[in-house]
Amino acid sequence: MKESTIMKIHYGTALASVGLVAVHILMRLTTGFADSLSYENVLANYRSVPYVIMLELILILLAVHGFNGLRVILLELKQGRVYEKAVSYGSIVGMIALIGYGSRTIIMTNMGMV
Amino acid sequence: MTEDEHREGIKGMANPGRYGIERIAYLLMRLTGLGLLGYFIAHVYETSNILRGRMGWDDFLAMTQTTEGHIFLVLVIGMCVFHTGNGIRIMLGHGGVGVGQPARPDYPYEPASQNYRHKIGIYSSIVLAAVAMMYGMAVMFGE
Amino acid sequence: MAQVSSIADEQASTPLSSPKSILLRISKFNPKLDESSKFMEFTVPYQKWTTVLEAILDVKKHFDHSVAVRYSCRQATCGSCGMMINGKPKLACFTKISELDSDVVTVEPMNNFPVIRDLTVGFEKLFAKHQKIQPYLIRDDSELESDEREFLQSPEEVEQYIQFANCIKCGLCNSACPTMATDSSFVGPQALAQAYRYVADSRDKGKDTRLNIIDESHGIWRCHFAGSCSQVCPKGVDPAMGIQFLRGYLLGFRS
Repeated sequence: MKESTIMKIHYGTALASVGLVAVHILMRLTTGFADSLSYENVLANYRSVPYVIMLELILILLAVHGFNGLRVILLELKQGRVYEKAVSYGSIVGMIALIGYGSRTIIMTNMGMV
Repeated sequence: MTEDEHREGIKGMANPGRYGIERIAYLLMRLTGLGLLGYFIAHVYETSNILRGRMGWDDFLAMTQTTEGHIFLVLVIGMCVFHTGNGIRIMLGHGGVGVGQPARPDYPYEPASQNYRHKIGIYSSIVLAAVAMMYGMAVMFGE
Repeated sequence: MAQVSSIADEQASTPLSSPKSILLRISKFNPKLDESSKFMEFTVPYQKWTTVLEAILDVKKHFDHSVAVRYSCRQATCGSCGMMINGKPKLACFTKISELDSDVVTVEPMNNFPVIRDLTVGFEKLFAKHQKIQPYLIRDDSELESDEREFLQSPEEVEQYIQFANCIKCGLCNSACPTMATDSSFVGPQALAQAYRYVADSRDKGKDTRLNIIDESHGIWRCHFAGSCSQVCPKGVDPAMGIQFLRGYLLGFRS
């Protein structure tokens, strides 16, 4: 993939996640911070389909943005063909692993497997 | 880093003292980005405790609902707000917005790209982060 | 081990009516012989107008003619005498000692360039990266026949790039860049600013070629708009501005 395409994705994921994370944080403040984190409240959040879709989007957007940011920092720290390939593929693996792990929580809780 | 290249290395990259607020913003952007990625990974792991049922969730929540946990969250809020504010400034700059217009330079050659608009953007991000941290403290410690 | 020497009044090239003097610390390093650099210290008299280069040349003339320093024009035109002066990259011929507000002036070779000896660094990579972005007009009809006219430009079209044509390839921007501090493959602010210089030139038709060259993993995207390059440029080129405009083409903000 061209670097400009990757960086367009980087900027796009950043902008999209700003709005969604703001909603996610505001949801914590609607019922009081401590109450919003109670087991019942969190479970209710996970059972709400629109909220779950938003969580999944945040997970994907931030994982892509975060791991690409890490890739950029690591590429600038050290150079070399093997190292750069390891960083690029490592970032993709990290991204997929985090999305997979987070999605597991979201899907299992949403489907009542708790 | 080989001696022939005579590169400054991480120390030079991270040394913000010599080149003004723009270089400080560059360093803070990196540090907050790394900090937020670390927090995000920890948050995804933390919330997976819901799968352990009420006991698991409450046990893990108790670990985070401490003074240290709240201070950590306040720092995360600050990092998040600065990274967002400064990130929007950088994105606009990357598109050529607010970086001035080409013109024949006159001594003492003040660079147009290092203008007050971007400086205000950086200072605003820092102030917003501080305000958000104070609000976060009021919410978390006020309850 | 440091050596402290001072110039006898009658020997100095700087008139010594002024009682002012500074301690000039010069980094000495020969990669072929030395394991690490060391500083030699000299007490040098100066006037309001004395430049760092003149002080170094005084030291060469009176104390240690082995000090390696590259210079030519002495008027910020040739781009030869770039060095770290009190921790920041500057042209020695363009920096007055009186402007430094310090009793101690430390001169070292520019960062992010291989040291040839003492204050002299190698520019091979700088020139190679400059060459890489094809710093010349690209168009099919660049070879003029005798009966054709030169390519015309309006004054407004000249204003779009003339600032960037002031680059003297002194390397100060590359020395100040935080990415260059760790990334040896990064194309660097000097070459990127020159890429913009030609892309913005209305006579040039090589925009897409150049954008392709810089759109790679160690190309333009490794610039994070820290702006240190523009702050140290001795000719007012403002590479940071050029780089952001160039990136604007790749992001679709400019056409």
